[in-house]
Amino acid sequence: MVEQLAHHAMQVHGEAWTIKELFVLPNEYIYWSIQIVMYPFMTGLVAGAFVLSSLYHVFGVMKLKEIARFSLVFSFALLPVAMMPLMLHLQQPFRGINVLMTPHFTSAISAFGIVFLTYASIVATELWLVYRKYFVQTALALKAEQNRGVIDGFRLLVFTILTLGAWDISHEAVEKDHKACKTMAGIGIPVACFLHGYAGFIFGSVKANALWMTPLMPVIFICSAVVSGVALCILCYVIVQEIRKFLARRKLARWARDASAPTVEELEGAKHEEVMLASNYLLYFMIGAITLEILDLIFRGYTQVKSWDILREVIMERDFTKIFIMQYGIGNVLPFLMMVLPGRTVRRTTMATVLVLFGVFMMRYNVVIGGQAFSLSFAGFMDYHLPIIPHDLETYKEGLFGALTVIATPFVLFYFINKFLPAFLKEDEVH
Amino acid sequence: MKRRDFIKNSIMVIAGASIPLSALTLIDPKKLLAANPQIHWAFLINTEKCVGCGFCVKACKTENDIPFDANVTRTWVERYVYTKDDRRYIDSPKGALYGFTDSRIDLGEGNFKEIDPKNVGKAFFVPKLCNHCETPPCTQVCPVGATYKTDDGPVLVDRKWCIGCGYCIMACPYAARFFHPVLKVADKCTFCYHRISKGLETACVNACPFGARKMCNIRDINDPNTQIIMNERVGVLKDEFGTKPQAFYIGLAQEVR
Repeated sequence: MVEQLAHHAMQVHGEAWTIKELFVLPNEYIYWSIQIVMYPFMTGLVAGAFVLSSLYHVFGVMKLKEIARFSLVFSFALLPVAMMPLMLHLQQPFRGINVLMTPHFTSAISAFGIVFLTYASIVATELWLVYRKYFVQTALALKAEQNRGVIDGFRLLVFTILTLGAWDISHEAVEKDHKACKTMAGIGIPVACFLHGYAGFIFGSVKANALWMTPLMPVIFICSAVVSGVALCILCYVIVQEIRKFLARRKLARWARDASAPTVEELEGAKHEEVMLASNYLLYFMIGAITLEILDLIFRGYTQVKSWDILREVIMERDFTKIFIMQYGIGNVLPFLMMVLPGRTVRRTTMATVLVLFGVFMMRYNVVIGGQAFSLSFAGFMDYHLPIIPHDLETYKEGLFGALTVIATPFVLFYFINKFLPAFLKEDEVH
Repeated sequence: MKRRDFIKNSIMVIAGASIPLSALTLIDPKKLLAANPQIHWAFLINTEKCVGCGFCVKACKTENDIPFDANVTRTWVERYVYTKDDRRYIDSPKGALYGFTDSRIDLGEGNFKEIDPKNVGKAFFVPKLCNHCETPPCTQVCPVGATYKTDDGPVLVDRKWCIGCGYCIMACPYAARFFHPVLKVADKCTFCYHRISKGLETACVNACPFGARKMCNIRDINDPNTQIIMNERVGVLKDEFGTKPQAFYIGLAQEVR
């Protein structure tokens, strides 16, 4: 096959979106494109959502109870999406399983399967412990029904399986669940940080890349992960609460017609309190993230090692808009001011979280793409042009629509997971 | 069994088991073999002799089934031009596949720079290929172990096991790696392993009309090229990365990166 094609000019991976300028080595292209921007962004959201839920489960911040449960379910919906960009990026996606079959432990990526699966099982265990009482109650209620339809029969089957045979919901048993849940969340925090910290390590340890190589990279990644995760949870929480308010007002959903359903005022009150507290945590982590990022930049400028000449041109000139206007300006400073200025409202905070998410995305973009914006020869530049209209599988996978697919998936998953693990429950249904 | 006893016994079992296990690593056959291998391949490039004809690039692409016109290559030649007003120009159009037939410098994006021959201070060509480093960062980062260093030197890629993540491409400070446009796996110079292991020269060494490229067994001190590496002033590329390259250059300029 190779021989047949040998005399045809053919497109090399990366050629479709790379523009070379001045002297760039022949084999250099932007090999890690938009999906590798999505990968740390999505794992960051997973880790951040989990950390927010742990604030309640481990540190007992009672006021965050509702948003914590929501975050945990959402974190579970985000989980499969963390590896989606990697699969879309692989040139041999069907061999992706090789990472689990022959992990080569000197590589940072090889740990992905293990860390990811450990983390996934921790989140699943914690969810099970939180929802066990609900599973049992629902299953028992469905069992008690005399003439079940096909749908309820299916639900009974699913809920029976979900109980895993643990039907005891006495006070002592639920207390035990609660204790175990706290332990799992406690183990989960370092694992979540590790999951994301090592995503930073993947970049930080590439000695060939002058922009990536810094030991601060994992720490920067963890901080910005928590920032993005908390921001996304606040945003989604507010949106879901708005939908619930709408449903409660119109009495559209099954739960809204219930006598004990929360009123619109109750929903509004709960929302305000939780959003305000969560956004305080968002601010703390933002300060941490920005401090580290600026420290890294100042250190590079001050030490002026060999690579600084080309890095300065990339950071200060070519990518100035992307870094200083879009990332730091619109993505950090503006939402920060929106949240610290007096008279903060839920609406203003929600708008700030959208900007924060944009800022973290731009940070990932500027690290991943910015790191490939200059040649290893230090004598040329590469410009990235995101493929918008896909004309083959590659430009779909590593283009705008591939990225949008990745962004949309967690919401679709959340919709289905929410059917069995409802993020909003009445007080007596969970511990 | 009490918990205390259980822990005690567990520790004893682990401690007991680790003694014979540690003995096993002492007689690792691979290590014994590596302690005294007969062959270790190295490359010697004389930049003074290179004229930038590009025969090596052509020969390499043909020999190793790299699509001829695809804009990736296992070996390439760079042209350096320094003007008298202290400006530096570098280019390597298509990796010098068709040689340097145009006197203008390729600036990328379809722009060319004509340089007045009277203004040229110095100019030279530098052939490049995989350095087959002693401590290769590319094999270190492969998540599945699909790329590895053989005991006799060359760094190879297992095309049946590579998942195409591109981490090795990112980790190489020399941009020696790329994705094979047809096979969709990482690809790189193999020192023509299929040839040298049969006693033949590499395709590029064979094609070079000026003897700018040489191959040698660095463990054989009677090899004339090994003697050059031992006795003369040779340099390597980007030694600051600690990769210990095995491609040695005669007449390497400091600006070549």
